[in-house]
Amino acid sequence: MQDAASHPTPHGQATAATEQASAAPFAMLAEFADVTSVVNAARKTREQGYVHFDVHSPLPIHGIDRAVGIRPTILPWLTLAGGLAGFFGGLFLVWWMNATMFSGVTTSLQGYPYLISGKPIFSLQANIPIIFETTILLAAFATVFGMFALNRLPMLYHPLFKSSRFSRVTSDRFFLVIEADDPKYDSRWTREFLEKLDPLSIEEVDD
Amino acid sequence: MSSPSPSPDLSKQPLRLGPESQGWIRFCIIAAVVGVLSAVAHLFLAVDGDKRFFLAYVVAYGFILSLSLGGLFFVMIQHLSRAGWSVVVRRPAELLAANMPVVALLFLPIAVSVAMGGGEIYPWAQPDSAAVEYAEEGTFRESLAGVEHLYLHQVLDGLTMEKRPYLNRPFFLLRWALFLALWMWMAHWFLKHSTLQDETGDHQLTVKQETWAGLLLLIYALTVSFGAWDLLMSVNPHWFSTIFGVYYFTGAVAGTLAVMILLLKFLQGRGYLNEVVTVEHYHDLGKFLFAFVFFWGYIAFSQYMLIWYAALPETTGWFTNRGATAVREEMNGWLWIAILLVVGHFVIPFVGLMSRHVKRNGGGLVFWAGWVLVFHWLDIYWVVMPEMGPAVVLGPMEIGLAVALSAVFAIGLIRRASKVNLVPTHDPRLADSIAFENL
Repeated sequence: MQDAASHPTPHGQATAATEQASAAPFAMLAEFADVTSVVNAARKTREQGYVHFDVHSPLPIHGIDRAVGIRPTILPWLTLAGGLAGFFGGLFLVWWMNATMFSGVTTSLQGYPYLISGKPIFSLQANIPIIFETTILLAAFATVFGMFALNRLPMLYHPLFKSSRFSRVTSDRFFLVIEADDPKYDSRWTREFLEKLDPLSIEEVDD
Repeated sequence: MSSPSPSPDLSKQPLRLGPESQGWIRFCIIAAVVGVLSAVAHLFLAVDGDKRFFLAYVVAYGFILSLSLGGLFFVMIQHLSRAGWSVVVRRPAELLAANMPVVALLFLPIAVSVAMGGGEIYPWAQPDSAAVEYAEEGTFRESLAGVEHLYLHQVLDGLTMEKRPYLNRPFFLLRWALFLALWMWMAHWFLKHSTLQDETGDHQLTVKQETWAGLLLLIYALTVSFGAWDLLMSVNPHWFSTIFGVYYFTGAVAGTLAVMILLLKFLQGRGYLNEVVTVEHYHDLGKFLFAFVFFWGYIAFSQYMLIWYAALPETTGWFTNRGATAVREEMNGWLWIAILLVVGHFVIPFVGLMSRHVKRNGGGLVFWAGWVLVFHWLDIYWVVMPEMGPAVVLGPMEIGLAVALSAVFAIGLIRRASKVNLVPTHDPRLADSIAFENL
């Protein structure tokens, strides 16, 4: 993914010069016309022992997780961590700001105890809405930005953009992509294996 | 378009309850008799008298009513959102809702108590002649020692008399006749269209239900809100909380989802609906349950916080009677039930139902469904029973009546269920629903 930094252009044309320098393959693409064949291909690829491969599709495919063997995401744990951080952070915030007055703290960070309608200075009833909001806020941030990070977004360039066939992935074509860093990857054998899956086309994309 | 085409998955298994359901009915009859006997025995052996019997009856009644109302909401919201996933689990909800005639029949003891004017359940139901004059009320107040002033609303005092235009016997009975009639009619309307489609396969029936679900949901929201005020809030006529209808509704839907999960698991354990209702549907019902557990907590807290903040004696009295007070001398045993509700109806099931794995694990989901159902009953119990006084009352009366009314409700449900298919066999989205998968 270092390429994202060295190739800031979103599409492939401008990178023709660097293509010569790095001739190492990035991945092998197999193109399919429908959901059933790409799911079958993914299942066979997994059974063949490939691990670094993915399926690209213009629409969500039910059961693709099992076919590709995608591990469950850790995103829910990030959400939980964000939520807990928001909960305790919010609790600390309201306590510090409403109920403390420490000597030696600079004025701008000092708490500001304020008596409202005779309620205790530190009362959970009044503080729960704030703690609730900070919990939701940080849980949502952790989810959205955690999802970005896990997907390595924003990603302005990806080697697959070099393939002109691949541009149809957003309308009507399904792609199985075996990446070159897979331990089983071999330009000749992988191509031979993919041919047996009966795709519309096979293409090796350089890094 | 309207030609019935049974799905191949459905032909392999029983679509209707078999004769074994007669055995379930017999079991329920025994449970009902045992429940009634224990309540009646308690009535004659204990010194608490009629008031406790009637209040315990309102608790049990609020519980079974909520299951019917929750089922009606589930059906409406599925049609309103044109949901596909829920088709295979919709019939149990339709049947829960359509059990409303049984619920309406069970309203009679409450109607009798109100009509007789004894004021056992509702202090405002006493006749005007029972009203305490203001001066007299003052002396009455002085004569009471300790915390008993908190129960002043049980006398027909000036504040309650101010609410006479709404809280009077004929208007209450008229309102409830209207509510029960509307609920029965709406539930019947949905089940009728759904079962008619089983025979004809006419897709227009689905379109019709989707078209009207929005308007009927409006009627539902108003009647449930007013119904909750009448049935449960007015046991303490001094108290008012505009959010109380929503509070009852959230608990009702949580309880109903729990019952639906338990019913579906029960039926699947006896060979029904297998390969039709899958782990994906339980996962979604679990998400719904999780959401409504949280929604209940959210609404319960919203109601409490505003009353705590404003600290008006008219509204804080209700919480004080239920133990939720910071004044040490006014605390009572109901505080423990209040804390139990916060922890058991909200915190524990919220954490317990959070994980995807729990919602997709049959045993785990059944455990939490049972848990939520028990706490839903405890919620209504805590709303009503503290009107007995500061001491916690829980005995054969409360439990017996809850068992008896639930059993009668179940008998009606089984009888109704055995007359129809357990899935809407010709719903246009049936195949989608069977094949449904969570992403």
